[in-house]
Amino acid sequence: MSWAAILGLGAAAYALKALGPLVVGRRALPADLTQVLELIAVPVLAALILVQTFDGGRRLVIDARAPALCVAALLVWRRAPFLVVVLGAAATAALVRAVT
Amino acid sequence: MNSGAVRGNALAIGLATGAYGVSYGVLGVAAGLSVAKTCAMSLLVFTGASQFAVVGVVGAGGSVAAALAPALLLAARNALYGLSLVPVLRGRFASRAAQSQLIIDESTAMARAQAEPVASHRAFLLTGLSVFLFWNLGTLAGALLGGSIGDPRRLGLDAMFPAAFLALLAPQTTGPAARIAAICGALLALALVPFVPVGVPILAAGVGVVPGVRAMRRAAKAPA
Repeated sequence: MSWAAILGLGAAAYALKALGPLVVGRRALPADLTQVLELIAVPVLAALILVQTFDGGRRLVIDARAPALCVAALLVWRRAPFLVVVLGAAATAALVRAVT
Repeated sequence: MNSGAVRGNALAIGLATGAYGVSYGVLGVAAGLSVAKTCAMSLLVFTGASQFAVVGVVGAGGSVAAALAPALLLAARNALYGLSLVPVLRGRFASRAAQSQLIIDESTAMARAQAEPVASHRAFLLTGLSVFLFWNLGTLAGALLGGSIGDPRRLGLDAMFPAAFLALLAPQTTGPAARIAAICGALLALALVPFVPVGVPILAAGVGVVPGVRAMRRAAKAPA
């Protein structure tokens, strides 16, 4: 991996991030377009939740992450504090892995 | 979420990503990158999934060109986050340019979890800076210490991230538009996992805004 490749990847990753804030930036946007933009992150983050849980490298798998997400969902539903949700999920996955 | 809770959560998310940074640092050096290059990736690329993809491919003997494609596909979702953060990231050009480097999953999710734009901006900055600090410190520690560190999965750290995103997203996903967008995007991404290259499913989930916006328009048209 050359320095050129690292700098190139860094520049590309930055350009992707900065596209919205710098290109669309401070332009006054119509209200309905603002609603659309704000909404984009929701399906992407929702997808991240499921893909990070069930992705086994080009196939779907059910492993210790699945019961951990179930525990997290239960804790979110019961309005548990953020840290309790996160640590509850980690403890569940660790426990399942320890006993299987 | 009150401001003290935001600070605490930003710190917790930073520490969790820091643990993954250690793991990335170990893998980077194991893949043959120097300590300086491993650390430069965390500073300059600063997108965990892309960095893991690069060291994964290079470590397995793949070419740099083969490593860049998945890395860019994984980084492309940050463009969607950047677009969604346009209403939140205000200020001068230089300030927006600097803050753009902090656009990642965690900072976007924390921004989304706040109801007010000012609180969103603060949550974005605190989370972005916390993750940036601990990710880079973790990388340095992992690159220097090498393989003597255990697998973070044994502690269930990998299960923390989806749980955190769920905890942040769920309370704000109340209206029909957000719910429909979230469900459509998530199911589409899951269905695509076996069939398309890594990174594409998450990107494709952005299409979920289409049924979401249609639901929004229908609700706006419906007689009160």
